[in-house]
Order: sequence, then structure tokens, then C-alpha cells
Amino acid sequence: MTQQEILAGFAEILDEIAGVAAADVTPEKSFLDDLDLDSLTMVEVATAAEDKFNVSIPDDDLKDLKTVQDAVTYVEKAGVAA
Amino acid sequence: MTGVRDAVLLGIGEHRAAGVLTNADLEARLDTSDEWIRRRTGIVTRRIAAPEESIVGMGADAGAKALAAAGIDPAELDLVILASCTAQRPIPGLAPQVAEQLGASGAGAFDVNGGCAGFCYSLAMAADSVRAGSASKVLVVASERLTDWVDQDDRSMVILFGDGAGAAVVGAAASGADTGPAATRKGPVGIGPVAWGHEGANAPVIEIRDEFMQMQGSAVFRWATTVLVPVARRACELAGIEPSDLAAVVPHQANLRILEAMARSLGATDAVLARDVVDNGNSSAASVPLALARLVESGEVQSGDLALLFAFGAGLTYAGQVVRIP
Repeated sequence: MTQQEILAGFAEILDEIAGVAAADVTPEKSFLDDLDLDSLTMVEVATAAEDKFNVSIPDDDLKDLKTVQDAVTYVEKAGVAA
Repeated sequence: MTGVRDAVLLGIGEHRAAGVLTNADLEARLDTSDEWIRRRTGIVTRRIAAPEESIVGMGADAGAKALAAAGIDPAELDLVILASCTAQRPIPGLAPQVAEQLGASGAGAFDVNGGCAGFCYSLAMAADSVRAGSASKVLVVASERLTDWVDQDDRSMVILFGDGAGAAVVGAAASGADTGPAATRKGPVGIGPVAWGHEGANAPVIEIRDEFMQMQGSAVFRWATTVLVPVARRACELAGIEPSDLAAVVPHQANLRILEAMARSLGATDAVLARDVVDNGNSSAASVPLALARLVESGEVQSGDLALLFAFGAGLTYAGQVVRIP
């Protein structure tokens, strides 16, 4: 899966869970500050991403995913590892 | 199953704690805001017990109301079970004092510490006692003073918790209740089989440490909305129904965000979701009977409706069952 495909996947998840417009989901955006998500929403996003990308994102790793790019890179690497 | 009688709910009662703590009250003394609290928890007010509202006193009041609703005299009770995890002392247990205050002179009495799931655990044991014949009428009480264990300066905890008590009377189904119209009805005659379990390995996720409640909120949220939804579905399967057959879903009132996420995943499309947490806060084991009592009082559920009770929390423990509203 390419970074672009993963980014598009996150855009779908963020639209569904938090109503974030797809155009706003760009790599440099911070989940908490720019997209205005909170920690529980991040858990919802992580569990949806686990299902969508067939990866595991434990809480310890989740707290290090600050930006959209962090999440895309994490899924890309986790996907390769799997 | 010939010879095994069904256990049913006969009455439900509640005791709402006297004090009300609003988001505005919290705004005035902590670095927080009404908007912040509502968005993360859905909670607007919490009921706070006055110093004289003891676990025993609140429990006995809720129990008396449940007995009155059931039309049962306390002297008829064979067993009183008290679910609580916030007592100040482990000895003596509090159920005997609740039984004494009520005048349940002929009843056995013991405490259950099943964390926030204590009411559902106790209800399962009450139902099994009736089915097995060791009791004919059981009072299940859940009573909590969570706020005794909350650091009033910890803004992540103080916004969540409240106090209170709820109770239910369990008895045997009238003979013949499983024939006639009931035979064609879906679901249990009264109290369905329990689905329960534990995750003792994750005990530190919710604990009293250094005298105060501590909780890893994100871990609880993920646990409740992923691992526990299949367990709630299992309780429906054991009762012989689909989630779509439910008239009400009454989860432990932890946080509105958890409840809404669980309800979505469960697929209980026609069910009203109990939202007592909005006004009462999280009152641990008392939250399920308080929420159930409110649905009954408000008329949002009717006699004969099916409700899923499902609770989870410290331990970690979880338990749930489908019940028919008395």
C-alpha cells in the first residue's frame, strides 16, 4: 500500500469518526492541534485504522503519533513488518 | 430444564445522592471548562452524597423503594446482596447492615466487590439462587460513594464520578409464566444467562493508588469499545435474541463517549440507550440500576421490554445479561 493510499484511508476514517473534511487531512497536520481531535477520538481513529489496514497500534505507540504523516509512516512500516 | 424455575425482576429502586456538582462549579475552581468536559465525557452534572448519606443508608433507601415497587415485604427476603467497591473499611461487610435497616430479618447477606460490574455479577448470583432454590426472593443493592476516593484537585477524575444507589428485587416467575403468550415471546422470561469474565492482568488500569482513584482513560475506552462489544453480543446470544430485539441498552455509565461507541458497534438499532451518566456521573456499580430505574420512571421502557444490562470496570471485570422489565 502506498503512502498516498494510506493517507486516503485515514481521510475516510477521520471523516467518518470526527467529521473532518478530506481536504483538511494533509501530512503535516497535527491530530490534536490542527484537526482538533482529543485522546478518545484518537483511540477511535486507531481502532478503525487497525481494522482498515490490518495493523496493530498499541496505546504506547499511539501517543507518539502526533501528525497525519506520523500515522501514515507507522502504518506503512507496520504493514511491511506484517 | 424441567423443574428449574425462572428468575425474574420484580421491582427496581433508586437513591439519588443529595448534592449536585455542575460543570460550572468545576470551572470555578479548576483549570477546565464546561465545553471541554461535555465534549470528552458528555457529563453535565454529578450527584454527590452528603456526609450523612452512607453506603448503607443510600443502599437501604434504594432497596426499600425496590421492595415497594415489587410489593414485597422485607421480611419475605431470603438473601440481600450488596455490590460496592468504595467502602471505607473491608470489615465489617455492609450487606448485613442494609438487611438490618430494611427489616430483612430472615435473609442471608453478603457483599460483592465486582468493581463497576458488581451489580450485574450480583444480579446473576441472585437469579441463580432463585433458580437453584436456595432463595425465593433476593434483594440486589448497589451503593457507592466514589467521591470519597477522588482527589478533588485531579481534574481528569473529578469530572467523571458521582455517588448513589440502585436496587432490584429478584424472585421466581409465577408458575405458568413460561406458557401462553410467553412461549411465543423471544428472549428470557425474566433474567437471562450472564456473560462474564475478567482481565486480571490489566488490574492497574483502574485502581485506588495513594488513596485516590487512578484510571488510564484511553485504555479503558479502547477495551470497552472493542473487546467488550462481543461480550455484550454474547449476552444477547445466551438470551436467544439479536441486539436488534432490545428495547433498551443499559451499559455501565462510565462516559457518554464510551456508551455511544459501544451502542453503535453493538447494532441495537431499535434500543434506547441509557444516558444517566449525563446527570449522575459515573457511580460505579450503582450506575446500571440507577440508569435502569430512570428508564422505567420516564416511561422510556415498558413492562415486558427487553433490556441489556452490561457493566465493566475495575478488576478488570465485566458482566452482562438481558432482562425483561418488570
